Amino acid sequence: MSNDVLLQLTGVVKEFTVKVGSGFKRRKRSLQAVAGVDLSLRRGETLGLVGESGCGKSTLARCVMRLFAVDSGRVVFDGDDLTHASNAVLKPYRRRMQMVFQDPYGSLNPRRRVGSIIGDPFRIQGVGSAADRQAKVQELMQLVGLNPEHYNRFPGEFSGGQRQRIGIARAIALRPELIVCDEPVSALDVSIQAQVLNLLADLQKELGLTYLFISHDLSVVRHVSDRVAVMYLGTIVEIAPSEAIYERTRHPYTSALLSAVPRFEADAGTARVESVLSGDPPSPLDPPSGCRFHPRCPRAQDRCRHEVPVLRVGNADDPEHLTACHFPLVDGDAS
Amino acid sequence: MKQTTEIRGRGPWQLAYERLRRDRAAIGSAITILIAVLVALSAPLLAQITGHPPTMQFGHTGLGPTGIPVGPGAEFWLGTDGLGRDVLVRIAYGTRVSLLVGVVASGLAVLIGAVVGIAAGWFGGIVDTILSRLMDVVLSLPFLVLALALAALVGPGLGISIFLIAFFSWATVGRVVRAEAKSIREREYVQAARALGAGNAHIMFVEMLPMVGATVIVYATLLIPASIGFEATLSFLGLGVPPPTPSWGNMLADAMAYYKVAWWLLLFPGAALLGVTYAFNVLGDSVRDALDPKHDQTIKPGGQS
Ligand code: SF4
Repeated sequence: MSNDVLLQLTGVVKEFTVKVGSGFKRRKRSLQAVAGVDLSLRRGETLGLVGESGCGKSTLARCVMRLFAVDSGRVVFDGDDLTHASNAVLKPYRRRMQMVFQDPYGSLNPRRRVGSIIGDPFRIQGVGSAADRQAKVQELMQLVGLNPEHYNRFPGEFSGGQRQRIGIARAIALRPELIVCDEPVSALDVSIQAQVLNLLADLQKELGLTYLFISHDLSVVRHVSDRVAVMYLGTIVEIAPSEAIYERTRHPYTSALLSAVPRFEADAGTARVESVLSGDPPSPLDPPSGCRFHPRCPRAQDRCRHEVPVLRVGNADDPEHLTACHFPLVDGDAS
Repeated sequence: MKQTTEIRGRGPWQLAYERLRRDRAAIGSAITILIAVLVALSAPLLAQITGHPPTMQFGHTGLGPTGIPVGPGAEFWLGTDGLGRDVLVRIAYGTRVSLLVGVVASGLAVLIGAVVGIAAGWFGGIVDTILSRLMDVVLSLPFLVLALALAALVGPGLGISIFLIAFFSWATVGRVVRAEAKSIREREYVQAARALGAGNAHIMFVEMLPMVGATVIVYATLLIPASIGFEATLSFLGLGVPPPTPSWGNMLADAMAYYKVAWWLLLFPGAALLGVTYAFNVLGDSVRDALDPKHDQTIKPGGQS
């Protein structure tokens, strides 16, 4: 892993307009799904992005892929500012960044043959001749562990895990540098999850890929990530190297998320912060003032209600570990 | 049962086709339609065999002593009309007109409807607003009044009939396709295509068209009988195919003067019209069921086996 930054997000904001109320009280309001995110991805690393559903992580993924227009902030890919790039400008960059989607059923067109789906990247980007394409498609199918003879089948004839392999084959077809994985295994059986995760890891080694790996499942993220960012209600609350997030948790929200994860390696005797994540997170339509986590935070004090905590280094010895909290846990508080 | 291991997958289309092949009503109506097509194709042959060209008037053999049409017999199998012309040969030529108008007009309507619907659903925004309003306007137009006015203005003919029918039919298809395209637009495979840099054409024709294909095919089969009916109506009113070219509609119109003495003038063209439109309707329903198994009727009322 180098310190070469491949993707840099600065103050990214994405708003949606939603209609609330009914009848005469019906009106439009804007909702900040992503509320100012700074994040950088280094070439070759896997950055895990975790958070509860609805925290804006999938929206952030689509902002990175520029499937959504960003409302403010900047998206810089390998030194090039793509924040307001048009589709025509983006097209060559799309060879270099790709996405694997969550839903192995929804992300493949059920009426098209798999060979044609995996051939799309070549066709759309005008790479190679039509004659080469089938060979390339079959090569890719082999690479992701599918039977290359099955290129003429339809997505409906494959299992969930196999479909996700098809989606991965499509994503890596043009040898991208960055792959955004949006909950790539959460729709799969646990037994299949490991296979797909191993495939992703193997491909990373083989092709030198950089992953932005999004999941709501901390145990999955821990397994694959070099660094982990924790997202809550549109903001990053903690980011640190993988082992630091788990071993020296600073943010009360991360700690609560961790305690909600069933622990397989039962380390008896270590008291954990009781899970406080009862109920749903507050609506992003009315984000709480100050620290967005304060209504659910066991450590919340008056200051938290008024002052927004910024993401910063808490301990000079640990410059990679950033937390957005006025009263972070100190080592030993959590575990 | 032998398990065949074919590599070429059986997609949604093949599955629908196989369901269709097991549907007796579909087979029956397909055979009826096939016969109609054969009759249409062999119309000149029929004229040669009988020796009766469709517009030739047989004043001596084809009309009775008092000048009334002769009934079905050895010389004129389905009788003659008021001008002493062979009804069978005229029906055969009328089949050509009906099928041509039915297929071309509904094909045109479905094509326009699909393109407009997909464009409205995919682009959304102002494009959608304009196209949707346009469809609303077309759907609210009084068909017959405008058709009468337009046909009177331009003069009756085959081309204007096809144009009128297509013009008044495409919006129905467009509206349904638009609703489908709007939901397809949100699917992840469309996002995947966009992430690959796909342009509008790829998304509309490669991703969306196959998905709305089922709807389009069902509408096409159901629009054909409607178009045949429209054409017959226009011809009946003297605004479709101009005489002496035979069409089922103008034959029925001619029959109005004689039906009290010559039942065959009403029965045979009427039966042809009814039979063919009914067959297309049944086939359309079967196609819809085959493409959308959720509509499958597995339990039939009455408990017949
Ligand atoms: S800033 Fe306050 S409310 Fe927010 S997480 Fe820290 S302690 Fe809790």
